[in-house]
Amino acid sequence: MKHLLDAHDLSRDEAIALMDTADEFARIQDRHVPKLPTLRGVTVVNLFFEDSTRTRLSFESAAKKLSADVITFTSQGSSVSKGESLKDTAHTLEAMGGDIIVIRHSSSGAAHRLAHSGWVQASVVNAGDGAHQHPTQALLDALTLRQRLMGADATGGDLSGVRVAIVGDIAHSRVARSNVALLATLGASVTLVGPRTLLPPGVESWPVGISTSLDDVVDTHPDAIMMLRIQKERMRGAHFPSPKEYVTHYGLTEERFGRLPSTTLIMHPGPMNRGVEVCSRAADSLQSTILQQVSNGVWMRMAVLYRVHQAGSTS
Amino acid sequence: MPARQILDSSDIVRTTRRIAHEILEATPDVSDLIILGIPTRGVALATRLAGHIQDISGDTPTVGVIDVTLYRDDVKSGEIRTPHRSVIPPEGIDNRVVILVDDVLYSGRTVRAALDALVDVGRPRAVRLAVLVDRGHRELPIRADFVGKNIPSHAGERVVVRLAEVDDEDGVVMTS
Repeated sequence: MKHLLDAHDLSRDEAIALMDTADEFARIQDRHVPKLPTLRGVTVVNLFFEDSTRTRLSFESAAKKLSADVITFTSQGSSVSKGESLKDTAHTLEAMGGDIIVIRHSSSGAAHRLAHSGWVQASVVNAGDGAHQHPTQALLDALTLRQRLMGADATGGDLSGVRVAIVGDIAHSRVARSNVALLATLGASVTLVGPRTLLPPGVESWPVGISTSLDDVVDTHPDAIMMLRIQKERMRGAHFPSPKEYVTHYGLTEERFGRLPSTTLIMHPGPMNRGVEVCSRAADSLQSTILQQVSNGVWMRMAVLYRVHQAGSTS
Repeated sequence: MPARQILDSSDIVRTTRRIAHEILEATPDVSDLIILGIPTRGVALATRLAGHIQDISGDTPTVGVIDVTLYRDDVKSGEIRTPHRSVIPPEGIDNRVVILVDDVLYSGRTVRAALDALVDVGRPRAVRLAVLVDRGHRELPIRADFVGKNIPSHAGERVVVRLAEVDDEDGVVMTS
């Protein structure tokens, strides 16, 4: 695994090894020195063409806990805003000696292009490309599910038999696409829930169940409900009539939350719109995994950086 | 490829028991001791040593695991290594006598990594090294305090330690 570009590229064994490694990284926080020397001398470049403070900070924190050096390029205030192309930026980073490039871009396929164009020797980690993929999010979600549902003895295990509902704007969501791929690889069964206008074309061929009724899905008592963020720019126009209408049909309201068993996990990739896709009572409940997902993000990104670095010299 | 038997099962029992005696001779107060095994076979040996120490002294020493995967100096070897779980006693290792345990002492690089890992966990009063086999060819200024058996070897030879907990049988063989 020289690069991590797409959740589809992860085998079951590779995904499990990443979760096991992330679980070990989580344990360093209790130590005398909560830092590891593993990536000393390695330079991690955060290349963020699209703004995402959380994901950037998560990767930055992960790199620093492994003693790597971090360089951050964001679109604001850099050569990118002066019109430099991806190719020229890549050449610049290569000249500076980046070993691992973490890229976030609004265009689907940007990470793949960077990895396979021959522009750079570095390992490339996809931190979100357009509506395409966000593999580290899927990995940290899988880790959170495994920790919460499989108990302390989960090491080496997958997510066989776990039932997950993913609710919201599936069509525009790289989180949903990545999760569908990885959860299928790990043996979980997924139901996608959303209005027809927010389900992508061709979804019938995905390895998932599909529903347009959140109420029906709530009554099946899934093991976890993953609420996707509704992006403000899609709140009006053709996708759905109004925020209120959306909440009525697809929000995890107090009423729907009350119908779920106390064992159903409430997940959200953040940042969440309280009162839109998820009510505060659900978000702040013991069933909520939202903050655990944030800390798992750091441990999982450490595992990914470690893994791509180990493999960097082979392929 | 002739395999030469160096130690059989009963040799290993005798040898580990002798090391347990030596550890107690150097540190008579068992409550001072923490026996930390280096995965994989060092962990099995640490547990056996602790058993012998208990038989001899009547007191049970604390046993743990110290993984060195993330402290190695060859992380970028292309080989994929998943870290093992370290098990550090909840009371920590500060001011205790840590006995590091491994199966074979060779270049010394694993022990170097273990010493770095220990620094991040706490500050022991002393760290000692116990190994079942010392085969020489050190690349670092490191020596063992307790040695089961010294085996002069060529760099091209392989020393294979098998322990029942990991390999279903006990024995040390050398192949060339």
